[in-house]
Amino acid sequence: MKQFILRRLGTMVLTALCLTFIVFVLTNLAPNLEKVAKNQGNARMNDQEVHSWLEKRGYLAPLPIKYGQWLGVLPGYTHQADDGVITGRCINKDNTAQTAPTFCGVLQGHWGISTVFRKSVSSVISERLALTGWLMMWVMIVMVPGALIIGVFAGMREGSRTDRSLSTVSILTTATPEYVSGVIFIALLASSKFGISPLLHEWGWIETKTLFKGTATSAMKEITFINFFLPVITIALYGMGYIARMTRASMTEVMTAQYIRTARLKGVSFPAVVMKHALRNALIAPFTVIMLQIPWLLNGVVIVETLFNYKGFGWTLVQAAGNNDIELLLGVSVVSVVVVLVTQLISDIGYVYLNPRIRIS
Amino acid sequence: MEPLSWGAIITRIFLQFGPVWIALIATFALSIAYKRKLGLYGKLFDSTIGMIGFALVMFWVFTAIIGGPLDMIVTHDALTQISGLKNKTPGIAVPGAEEKELYSYYLLGGDNLARDVFSRMVKGSWVVVAIAPLATVFAFMVGITLGLPAGYFGGKLDTLLSFFANLILAFPVILLFYLLVTPEIVETGIPSYMAAVLFIFPLIFAAVLLNSRYHTQPRIRTPMMIGVLVVLGWLYLSTISEVGSKIAVLPAYLDGFDVPGGILVVFVSVVFVNSPTVFRIVRSLAMDIKTRDYVAAAQTRGEGAWYIMLWEILPNARGPLIVDFCLRIGYTTILLGTLGFFGLGLPPESPDWGSTINEGRKLLSIYLHPALPPALALLSLVLGLNLLADGLREESLRD
Repeated sequence: MKQFILRRLGTMVLTALCLTFIVFVLTNLAPNLEKVAKNQGNARMNDQEVHSWLEKRGYLAPLPIKYGQWLGVLPGYTHQADDGVITGRCINKDNTAQTAPTFCGVLQGHWGISTVFRKSVSSVISERLALTGWLMMWVMIVMVPGALIIGVFAGMREGSRTDRSLSTVSILTTATPEYVSGVIFIALLASSKFGISPLLHEWGWIETKTLFKGTATSAMKEITFINFFLPVITIALYGMGYIARMTRASMTEVMTAQYIRTARLKGVSFPAVVMKHALRNALIAPFTVIMLQIPWLLNGVVIVETLFNYKGFGWTLVQAAGNNDIELLLGVSVVSVVVVLVTQLISDIGYVYLNPRIRIS
Repeated sequence: MEPLSWGAIITRIFLQFGPVWIALIATFALSIAYKRKLGLYGKLFDSTIGMIGFALVMFWVFTAIIGGPLDMIVTHDALTQISGLKNKTPGIAVPGAEEKELYSYYLLGGDNLARDVFSRMVKGSWVVVAIAPLATVFAFMVGITLGLPAGYFGGKLDTLLSFFANLILAFPVILLFYLLVTPEIVETGIPSYMAAVLFIFPLIFAAVLLNSRYHTQPRIRTPMMIGVLVVLGWLYLSTISEVGSKIAVLPAYLDGFDVPGGILVVFVSVVFVNSPTVFRIVRSLAMDIKTRDYVAAAQTRGEGAWYIMLWEILPNARGPLIVDFCLRIGYTTILLGTLGFFGLGLPPESPDWGSTINEGRKLLSIYLHPALPPALALLSLVLGLNLLADGLREESLRD
């Protein structure tokens, strides 16, 4: 088991290195660098000025060297201007050329400066990630129990009317991407002219103009049911159908097992069979699916945060990518790749742990 | 003129879709009449869910073909703006329609640039129906050509290919799209090179397929191979080479058709994102099937490895693959919508559903009608594909 985890960790590190290198290469292509120079410096710079601007900031070093500097295994670049002022990757307002450390990369905790937000990448990411953490937490709280309940009820009696209708519901939710369901929800629940909000307002059931808020910007300060319900349910619904279908499949399989029949023949009541005998075995497979669903949620988070204007991690990704903010984009990809790989690892370990029939030798 | 009432709008839309209804009824009548002779396709008509799914999918396929290249269902040009109709509600009359010989109403209203929402929705279906299935086919070609040997041979090859597949899968899809589809990257030609690599897989697939089957009969094989490869090779070169772009291998007089740059980039990134998943499915199917007796029998007969993979393993893996194919077209449709939603790749005036939803969402709390029709259209198409996959799965498991 220990060896298995170690090997997986090794693969993880290698994958993370490869992926960040790919992002590094793609963001450091010549046209992208030119765009950065013109955005940050002056939009009307000529080629010569762009060149010197880039050289001064160490962008023109060969790719592997730049990557090494970013990672913190190679000394950061320094540049001496004609007037003798030394600038460099590790030199900032706190330390001079003499006191600056030689290495400053991700490994030393220096994530660089975001050119869009004009703040250090680590502070941008930690701040935004916290916001997205709240969103993810509520999504999980809504999605997991909901999906499991739908799946168990549908799989309890295969082919029954409950099964048919619940399965159709789960197919419907998997067929509705976030940008469609979000639009429909806003139309139905958060518009002051359409849907049910005007009706409820007229009847005096709600004080405000709309039942829910169509933007979640205010949720960044204070989360309330009214401003956070729509983004959460939009993400949760899309993931819910898939988990529910997996739970249903695993439940139907368990319900046809011999020991369930034995229990039934012994005279155990149907609810007791489901609760005591079937449920525990039926929930092994959905566990892996739920863990593997987390990277997918990341996608939904990007869409929903853009749609509802909730400035979290996904919104930051869009900003960083749209403005070719190299350091921030790298930071974002490191975080998301680590999230994906860690959930894969947890799902593998958890599967082994939950299912005594599988043993890693 | 007065705006139309909702009843009149629905009637008129129903009539506009006339050719689609005729095509749908004809398809269903023929299929149900001959369903016992049509194999798995015929059996689909035994399951209600499968039939509903098939009807939804075919509705959009017919709408796309009749409304897109044949230009029939649409009431207005998808790009023409008519002044005075900006953000107007459904059923609004077009001013001066009779003199200009235009259709006299905007059936589903006008969008924020005063274009007809209904016509844009119909035109948008063509973008999806033209790209999604083809991109899925390419993803399957790549996945099958790499997944079969990985599953069959195992060992180092499998480890290496699986590592690359997991690498792509660990990337957040949207980040990948942003990295591949920005104009700066397109300028460097990376998507064109990726297209050159990804699009060669169907050629390899066809060549290996024919060679493994007929290599004992060179007299049949050689002419067949030459014929197939010349046609496919020409299609391949015409697709990737574009005069004036980074890859211009083919002189202009031989270049059969040009794929517009934006579409090619979108196509490549969608294929790129989908292939690793197909690879994993094919690989696990191959690992399962290679332990069967008929594979052992073929090995004992002395058949080549590629013959066994393509003519013994692949046909026996077709059930799950067909089901996944349907689901994957749906997923590709969602991905295309995502690209449009973030304004990536496709030109901004493109009528595809994702871009239209993106444009409509900005004024969503005041004007619903520009965003809702494409959203519901996308929903119904993907729902249809999922139901179709469900029906197929049920029917293929039955025997």
